[in-house]
Amino acid sequence: MTTTTPYDVQPGDKVHRGDPVTVDRHTPFVRINHWTAVITMLLLWLSGFALFHPSLYFFSDLFGGGENTRAIHPWLGVVLFVAFYGLFFRFWRACLFAGGDGGWLTGLPQVMAGGEEEKLPEIGRFNPGQKMFFWAMAIMLIIMLVSGLAMWDEYFFSYTTIEQKRILVLAHSVVAILVVCGVIVHVSMVIWERGTLQAMTRGYVTGGWAWKHHRKWLRELVTGHRVGA
Amino acid sequence: MALFEFELPPAPTTNVKPTFSEADLVRRSASNVPPPAKKLTEVAKLIDVSKCIGCKACEVACLEWNDLHHEVGINRGVYDNPPDLDPNIFTVMRYTEWVNPETNNLEWLIRKDGCMHCENPGCLKACPAPGAIVQYSNGIVDFDHEKCIGCGYCVRGCPFNIPRISVNAEKPKAYKCTLCSDRVAVGQGPACAKACPTHAIVFGTKDEMKQHAAERIKDLKSRGYANAGLYDPPGVDGTHVMYVLHHADKPEIYANLPKDPKISTVVEIWKGLFKYAGFIAVGGLVAVSFLHQVIAGANRVSRTDEENAKRLAESEKQ
Repeated sequence: MTTTTPYDVQPGDKVHRGDPVTVDRHTPFVRINHWTAVITMLLLWLSGFALFHPSLYFFSDLFGGGENTRAIHPWLGVVLFVAFYGLFFRFWRACLFAGGDGGWLTGLPQVMAGGEEEKLPEIGRFNPGQKMFFWAMAIMLIIMLVSGLAMWDEYFFSYTTIEQKRILVLAHSVVAILVVCGVIVHVSMVIWERGTLQAMTRGYVTGGWAWKHHRKWLRELVTGHRVGA
Repeated sequence: MALFEFELPPAPTTNVKPTFSEADLVRRSASNVPPPAKKLTEVAKLIDVSKCIGCKACEVACLEWNDLHHEVGINRGVYDNPPDLDPNIFTVMRYTEWVNPETNNLEWLIRKDGCMHCENPGCLKACPAPGAIVQYSNGIVDFDHEKCIGCGYCVRGCPFNIPRISVNAEKPKAYKCTLCSDRVAVGQGPACAKACPTHAIVFGTKDEMKQHAAERIKDLKSRGYANAGLYDPPGVDGTHVMYVLHHADKPEIYANLPKDPKISTVVEIWKGLFKYAGFIAVGGLVAVSFLHQVIAGANRVSRTDEENAKRLAESEKQ
């Protein structure tokens, strides 16, 4: 029984036959969840960058000055953490690494340079790049939360020593930059792979998109059971 | 010879130019200032620990001058009261009962703690709010509460653990000793120095204070304190609040006065190298992503892909 269960098909994923074939990829709930995270992340960037470097301090005007920026940033952080972990508990199984992921990653540079994607192993609902982004975010947001709490003097001042606070404030800015870098790659790949963005806006992709980028996922959806290893 | 004899310190504010302003800033947090046309004479407060009797007149004078209202505390059974600096307490006496291992004598060490007005201030380095922390060319490091955002970075930057954030206030802000910048600006010395009954706290130009300290150290040495010395730590390029210590070789016995204070390396990296690294990482990645899109071209789904998908979907129709 377990062998026939599609391993990374999500509730709500569905193939609609037609011309072109369309595939439901993200439920309205997931999309709201995701865009909540996006908006929160954007506000966190603006408020965080305002305090990151004096040349960006003017961003604090968007929040009504430096004091408000300082006050609102940690709350936004909490919202982002909750929003991301909403997605995390939904997708973590589908983001476990699987057979073929290694070969896919090895072949990726060629595809990035404009090579034929046909040469890559067939991949499930998420490709290894997405999986890496997913797990990196999961770890980095925990670091952001913990280090962020150590900077939230209003409520958590007494929980850390000054020396710990220094290390954690450095960790907070270093990891923040890594998160920004991760998101830049995430967005850049969405732009590069045409037809991807609509998965998160309208909720569905074309069959051709699924065939090209996530063929194993499409096969599983069509056949209703696990394909390959 | 009188029972109690000491040389009076120099008149408090000789050579201290009254009035200083924005034009006298040498450092301004999160911003650059043009170098001042004329440098003010450096001032300093000298605290002679060996003369302090722990009366707390300085604490009271500080509260009064700065109009600070602290809630009545509790007696914790020790002299330290209030127990620590806080947003309404800019200076505290710290009492240490120390047994001198050489003489086996109990020595009661009393140190007036507060902002040291570092020549290279860690608080100012850490501050992200433009102009919230300023340093005048006379050495005074001051907080501008109009510009302070209450983030607490100064707490992380300070090597002496001095600034305190009024976290429970409607608008949290950082507070610390101002070296009575408002009094110094009109030719007065700090309130604590004025109130000190034993002249353990004196104020004047930094040079005068060093000379006075040298006299005091000579006196202490003549009375058996071989390691008496001036605490003007070079790790922060000197301070504008200095101590005369009878045991200058071990400042840590005075309620953990740091032996070699300097801005933490972690803070230096955070505020120095990493700012550049962050910009380079983000800027570089945006540039690379952009170039990738331009050079590699879009990754498009072809008509063949759609047909293959259709064939796959139809094949399972039954």
